[in-house]
Amino acid sequence: MTDYVFRVGGEGGEGVISTGELLTLTLARAGFEIYTFRTYPAEIKGGHANYQVRASNALLLSQGAAVDVLVAFNEEAYQKHAQDVRSGGALVYDADSFTPPANGAVIHYGIPMTSLATEKVGVKLTKNIVALGVLSRLFDISFEVFEDLLKERFARKGEAIVQKNLLALRVGADYAVQQPKRDDIRLGRGSRKTKELVLSGNESLGLGAIAAGCRIYAGYPITPATDIMEFLAKELPKIGGYVVQTEDEISAVGVVLGASYAGKKAMTATSGPGYSLMTEMIGLAVVAELPAVIVDVQRVGPSTGMPTKTEQGDLYLAVYGGHGNCPRIVMALTSVEDCFYGIMRAFNLAEQFQMPVIVLSDQYLGHRKATVPVPDPSTVPLVERRKPTTEELRGYQRYRFTPDHISPMSAPGMEGGGYVAEGLEHTEIGYPAASDHENHLRLTQKRYGKFHAVESIANELVRFYGEAHPEIGVIGWGSTEGVIREAVQMAQDQGYSVGALHTKILYPQPLAKLTEFINGTKAVIIPEVNFTGQFATLLRKRFAYDFIQLNKCVGLPFTPKEIFDKIEEAANHVHSRRRDLAPKL
Amino acid sequence: MAQVKEYIGKIKPDWCPGCGDFGVLNSLQRALAELEIPPHQVQVVSGIGCSSNLPGFLNAYGFHGLHGRSLPVATGAKLGNHALTVIATGGDGDGYGIGVGHFVHTCRRNVDMTYIVMDNQIYGLTTGQASPTTEKDIRTKSTPEGTIELALNPVALALTCGATYVARGFSGENLHLAQLMKGAIEHKGFALVDVFSPCVTYNKHNTYPWFRERVYKLEDERHDTSDFRLGLEKAFEWGARIPIGVFYKVERPTYEDEEPALRSGTPLVKQPLHRNDLAAIMEDFI
Repeated sequence: MTDYVFRVGGEGGEGVISTGELLTLTLARAGFEIYTFRTYPAEIKGGHANYQVRASNALLLSQGAAVDVLVAFNEEAYQKHAQDVRSGGALVYDADSFTPPANGAVIHYGIPMTSLATEKVGVKLTKNIVALGVLSRLFDISFEVFEDLLKERFARKGEAIVQKNLLALRVGADYAVQQPKRDDIRLGRGSRKTKELVLSGNESLGLGAIAAGCRIYAGYPITPATDIMEFLAKELPKIGGYVVQTEDEISAVGVVLGASYAGKKAMTATSGPGYSLMTEMIGLAVVAELPAVIVDVQRVGPSTGMPTKTEQGDLYLAVYGGHGNCPRIVMALTSVEDCFYGIMRAFNLAEQFQMPVIVLSDQYLGHRKATVPVPDPSTVPLVERRKPTTEELRGYQRYRFTPDHISPMSAPGMEGGGYVAEGLEHTEIGYPAASDHENHLRLTQKRYGKFHAVESIANELVRFYGEAHPEIGVIGWGSTEGVIREAVQMAQDQGYSVGALHTKILYPQPLAKLTEFINGTKAVIIPEVNFTGQFATLLRKRFAYDFIQLNKCVGLPFTPKEIFDKIEEAANHVHSRRRDLAPKL
Repeated sequence: MAQVKEYIGKIKPDWCPGCGDFGVLNSLQRALAELEIPPHQVQVVSGIGCSSNLPGFLNAYGFHGLHGRSLPVATGAKLGNHALTVIATGGDGDGYGIGVGHFVHTCRRNVDMTYIVMDNQIYGLTTGQASPTTEKDIRTKSTPEGTIELALNPVALALTCGATYVARGFSGENLHLAQLMKGAIEHKGFALVDVFSPCVTYNKHNTYPWFRERVYKLEDERHDTSDFRLGLEKAFEWGARIPIGVFYKVERPTYEDEEPALRSGTPLVKQPLHRNDLAAIMEDFI
């Protein structure tokens, strides 16, 4: 089965990312499923950058493990990644830049990319396109698709630039023809015939927000969330919405709350440092019962941390950040496709329960691209906040006690609906009541009372992989879903009794489904890309169970093998027996 | 003219007797009544502080949010529904201290709204500490030997940050103040009305008599409100004579004018979602 991993490495700012993106789009259009992984320096120029593309005819769940083809633009890229290339894999390198030592296990293709670009094309910067031409010819990746893509990509820059790039592609391909083909890597056309979108997690999220009816986005630039703002700045105007770039993250969430109060769905997205600033506004949204969607594309913290690296370290902050008794919904997105539907659900939850919904993504998910089936927004019917009836507008009570704790919410312009959204504790009517002790309890109960219904929804938004009642369980959240799924599959293939539960809502937790899942297991592993096991800690407050933590804290995502190894270790530890597997024919 | 009483809120003001903020509230109610803006079309957003309690005392849609954060929320409300008359209110600590970053950027953003700052040159609700507009050498609870820092100049700041209507009033001059507010609300763009609103409890320096001896009206001196440099010069006049009135006003396209999604004039809350257009956006990603 076709399943190849390409990795491109070189100096940041020299086109590594654009090379990876062009390769991604070409392979997607050629009919392959795609899964990319991107890591790059925090500096704009300099530092090491690399971009990995996995292409397959099967559904892809992770970035893959061994590299089939490494493209190294410089020696540093070679030194960092050569050990990841599988035996029998290929190294394509810029022979003008360095000469790698001979290695019998990996097939070397030394291509003078820089001099081909300088001498044959006349533009040094086109060496990336030369490299793509080489890849096209060496590994049988559709030359025509590359050509069409370059024409589209550079059309705006004029015909001369288009021609230079097409020339660079040909120069690379022609040079590669002279190279004896010594490996067995051939892609050709993929088996998928239907059109799919190629989206990053952040783009998918932006698209989902538009589908949910969000027409105002307020934000402040911050890696790795900025491309949500950039996507929406480009796309929202096409559908009658717009982006407001604010002076800071506090202002961004302030604009969201103001617009929401006025009756319009709005969103902001940030990363850890910005989210830290937003916490006081989130408390305000809770007490004033305002729908709001706040996205945190997590990066490594604390403080400025590692801005371009991934981590699942903001869960405590999302659940507990802010002062006082402060119920909010915390969700996590699990895949590029889930970014679309997940953000739609986030808007629905915010509207239905009139509270802020914190949506956790991360750099790994936000910046990776994948092929996804064309999303169908009609599968997530839109929910709108409960509005007051004409009857309710007579003697209107904004925070009226109701059986489901949700009160009708007016909007400016409605006669009779006037009220003050209060940061102070207030009465049912909305009057400040900063000294009424019993009232504070009643209102706190009202705000937490909504959680019963949220929990039911959380129980519906749980996914299971592998065995339904396994001996070894894995509980995951967020962007680890695919990797866990792949690890579970590996373990099942080895005969282990294993299954995974992946939850989309993290607070309040889907207790019924978790209880059911945990009961009967011999061991439960909770893999998290953080140091302390933040979700495991939350679960320990609800379950007297000795969860096994698997934590990775190096700014990189898990590989399936790391999780598989932990499953195997846990199985051995609790003497969970492997089943005899039927011999494979 | 609508009745002033239509704009009186259900909650009685909790300000100290004699507080300058009463005059501000009365002037605002008068201005709204004279402009005949229905209460349900008015959105008042405030921060935290004595003066920020104002939305509860006014019959309108109100938002009593966070300390220093009224302007972002007011901006969001206006951008969500720009048919509303949006007024932000607060004090000097709220707007010129903790919230000064928002103030600077809201001036240059020029969203069509009015910002009324009840400037009493003291932190009143926390019982008497120095504020950003406390004059140098004034003794307060946090500066027992006198303030060391220079006072911030809100009028000059607003002018240099691009506010398109910059005025100052005195709550001892109610009718004049109401006219300034009317002008601010009618003005298309971001309007600042900084108001000398004496704190009778904690500011024993900048009192009603102190202001009465000093303030004069710019219009009485035929001040040219279209002259930016002159306005800036007047902004720095402080001492024996202190000007009140409109320092400067100018017509400049507002944020709403410039934003294509709002140009049709239909507020965003009333615009259809055009959900079918999503397919066209997706085309870009195939």
